[in-house]
Amino acid sequence: MSLMLEPNPQQIKDEKLYSTMGLTDEEFAKVEKILGRLPNYAETGLFSVMWSEHCSYKNSKPVLSRFPTKGEHVLQGPGEGAGIVDIGDGQAVAFKIESHNHPSAIEPYQGAATGVGGIIRDVFSMGARPVAILNSLRFGELETARVKYLFEEVVAGIAGYGNCIGIPTVGGEIGFDPSYDGNPLVNAMCVGLIDHKDIQKGQAKGVGNTVMYVGAKTGRDGIHGATFASEELSESSDEKRPAVQVGDPFMEKLLLEACLELIYNHQDVLVGIQDMGAAGLTSSSAEMASKSGSGIEMNLDLIPQRETGMTPYEMMLSESQERMLIVVKKGHEKEIEDLFAKYGLEAASVGVVTDDKMLRLIHKGEVAAEVPVDALAEDAPVYHKPSAEPEYFRTFQAMEDVTPDVTDHKETLVKLLQQPTIASKEWVYDQYDYQVRTNTVVAPGSDAAVIRLRGTNKALAMTTDCNARYIYLDPKTGGKIAVAEAARNIVASGARPLAITDGLNYGSPENPGVFWQLEQSADGISEACLALQSPVIGGNVSLYNETNGTAIYPTPIIGMVGLIEDVNHITTQAAKQAGDLVYVIGDAANDFGGSELQKLMNDGDIFGQSPAIDLTVEKARQDALLTAIQSGLVQSAHDISEGGFAVALVEKLFGTGLGARVSLQGEATAALFAETQSRFVITVKPENKEAFEAVVQDAKQIGEVTAQPLASITINGEEVVQAPVSELEDAWKGAIPCLLNSEA
Amino acid sequence: MKFAVIVFPGSNCDVDMYHAVKDELGEQVDLVWHDADNLDEYDGILLPGGFSYGDYLRSGAIAHMSNVMAAVKRAAEADKPVLGVCNGFQILLESGLLPGAMLRNKNLKFICRTVELSVENDETMFTSLYEKGEKISIPVAHGEGNYYCDEATLAKLKENNQIAFTYASDVNGSLSDIAGITNEKGNVLGMMPHPERAVDELLGSADGLKLFQSIVKHWRNSHVVNA
Repeated sequence: MSLMLEPNPQQIKDEKLYSTMGLTDEEFAKVEKILGRLPNYAETGLFSVMWSEHCSYKNSKPVLSRFPTKGEHVLQGPGEGAGIVDIGDGQAVAFKIESHNHPSAIEPYQGAATGVGGIIRDVFSMGARPVAILNSLRFGELETARVKYLFEEVVAGIAGYGNCIGIPTVGGEIGFDPSYDGNPLVNAMCVGLIDHKDIQKGQAKGVGNTVMYVGAKTGRDGIHGATFASEELSESSDEKRPAVQVGDPFMEKLLLEACLELIYNHQDVLVGIQDMGAAGLTSSSAEMASKSGSGIEMNLDLIPQRETGMTPYEMMLSESQERMLIVVKKGHEKEIEDLFAKYGLEAASVGVVTDDKMLRLIHKGEVAAEVPVDALAEDAPVYHKPSAEPEYFRTFQAMEDVTPDVTDHKETLVKLLQQPTIASKEWVYDQYDYQVRTNTVVAPGSDAAVIRLRGTNKALAMTTDCNARYIYLDPKTGGKIAVAEAARNIVASGARPLAITDGLNYGSPENPGVFWQLEQSADGISEACLALQSPVIGGNVSLYNETNGTAIYPTPIIGMVGLIEDVNHITTQAAKQAGDLVYVIGDAANDFGGSELQKLMNDGDIFGQSPAIDLTVEKARQDALLTAIQSGLVQSAHDISEGGFAVALVEKLFGTGLGARVSLQGEATAALFAETQSRFVITVKPENKEAFEAVVQDAKQIGEVTAQPLASITINGEEVVQAPVSELEDAWKGAIPCLLNSEA
Repeated sequence: MKFAVIVFPGSNCDVDMYHAVKDELGEQVDLVWHDADNLDEYDGILLPGGFSYGDYLRSGAIAHMSNVMAAVKRAAEADKPVLGVCNGFQILLESGLLPGAMLRNKNLKFICRTVELSVENDETMFTSLYEKGEKISIPVAHGEGNYYCDEATLAKLKENNQIAFTYASDVNGSLSDIAGITNEKGNVLGMMPHPERAVDELLGSADGLKLFQSIVKHWRNSHVVNA
């Protein structure tokens, strides 16, 4: 007999023990009213975790409802494990992004690894075969031992999980800014392929049907992880280390194959399937029942347990990894058990579907908890947080555009190439198996990753993107830019944008200025999604990204997937051949607010106005470029982003053995380094000159690709940059290894 | 010719191997689960890469005790071609079908990139369509591919011409830059680089295709007698 030292209901109320689980006084009163009695310890736990921001979106719901989520190709919008978009021929693509910021701040390897594991489960629980992983990471500057440790371990954790499970990590982005010093961001995105007929839902229909638990056993790890994720980090956060789960990618590989076999070959008996992610057994059971208008009764004695003496509270709140909850037609349990046994996995019948809309948990012959499923899944309070335009925004908006005073343009270019946000990420992606499954056509390092769709002539382009500095300076404009830049990456690779998933990472919503950032950037994202015809099909919200009272830059990461109609349209950023003509689309303006150059020259500070964006111009340029690519007129294409034109141009030369000679007009610093939006650098074969110019009318020919590996940029007749490409490439490639190896 | 791709729990390059044989080589192939105990119907055995049993204990250590490995050994004894790639190579080492062992990569990190290999021996049933000294581009993707053996074994490998491929420049710290070795008879090849990932120009290289074609050529030559 285990010691049951749980406080009784009256103690929970009198001593306000619910507040240590994250429930407010008002929320506890609401629970009491719903139940018509005081909740016991386990029930208090169920409500606290289901009503956490992480599970209920109670603070962000009013903002999320603004996103455009519909489109002719959308088969599944937000609300299930992942969104799904039609790609023709009976096939569809399922994808979603999810954050694992707080666990990664405390235990970076396992935090990142289980972030990858969780998003993969979200995708295969829909019935989709995961085919690619991307990520988006943010760290402080690579200057302290702590940040270097976080960076190295997060990368190792992503590699450790993705490589072992055998899903290629094909792309992503990494940014460095002091605002992420104590609160790194780890967002993982998974893309899956599915035939329309295999699309699953997390539902528990049919009274009397059997609820089965499959996968790893339940332990005491990750208890209250979702609540932990909904608090600010502080110096005492290390004490939450037990709230971080430990991943087993081998177990997940078996679970993945078993679940897909279940979905493909046993659809006649499978009713519903859902990942046990955040809030584990509680969220999966309550949500599946709530969605279906049913109830679930589970006998907790039957839950496969890794440890002895676990209480109902511990079992229901555990976030042990690699588990799924499924509902199957009554009488077919043996068929399911046999299937999972082939993979060495347990499938335990733990409960039944009922019609009373209650989640009833039996433990050692007694009712341990009895709670309405809708109260857990649907009735979480929704808060309309106060929002206020922060003082800094008004100050920045009132500033004049100032061109940084650059004297040596070549030296500045070298320094920009060494900024870790711009520098080569080879040190990172060398550790990721980006080729497994042998579909990766464009590997990490180009604008977007591309995987072919085996058995068809089509391919998918995918990217993650977000310039949080612009969003900090001007959340609405920055939100538009984030979507537009993701779309630019997709288009530059030869694809038409399909849809986005968003990973919304912000500080505490209790801060009106932060909430204003969330609202404004959501509006900007929505506007760009409409303009670029790329709806939001799902995503994730991570609030409370603060350390000791300092919030991160608002960082809504955009994960976008696009469709390439013909593999011959696949285009990379790398220059292809000497003699090809170099074009630029879009003129530079005096846009330095939030730029790499501004940060470089002001000791990491950014200020002023973000670059402006005109979504009509953006759309027109993207459409023209895509038409040119699809007509076979483009050799290479690269969008101009951090570091401006000069960085984009030389990046096109790295690894090619080629050089370029170009000539521009205008103010040199702006022409080279301004981060004006809606621009691309393109190369075109000389024989396609006229045809290309007819399609992309605002493209300007500025020079040519040369056999001599030299980068030469002339402005107003004066050569301001001349350097061997190898010198620039060495600086760009060596920067991150050099920072990691230098003394902290 | 009919191939078996052995699938262990945790194998993840099995489908790549399967498609390389079926789609690019154009031969018959089955995915065979690790509990099989008879491989008599197959003319060639392929052990794919991945993380069999999660690499727990030691890469390949648990897989080499699977049921199917007794049948793989019988196939090797019967002079059938047996190819182990990456984790498949590690399993062949653990099972004693090939000599030596794997250490962690010299930089202690997983390495994924396309590397240049030198063909050291073009007289094996796996390499006859290459030229000796030919440089080929094949991807590697491993954390424990740093090949090691004692001096006597290395001398023997060299003397018997058992080194099939070397890295053109150091990748992971392997002794003598060894990337792939055969057994003494020459019908078992283990290699860390992934030839099945290099069978289609669309993905960057088709240099691995000749390895599979060499196997088929050898099989046809040795079976035409019986035709």
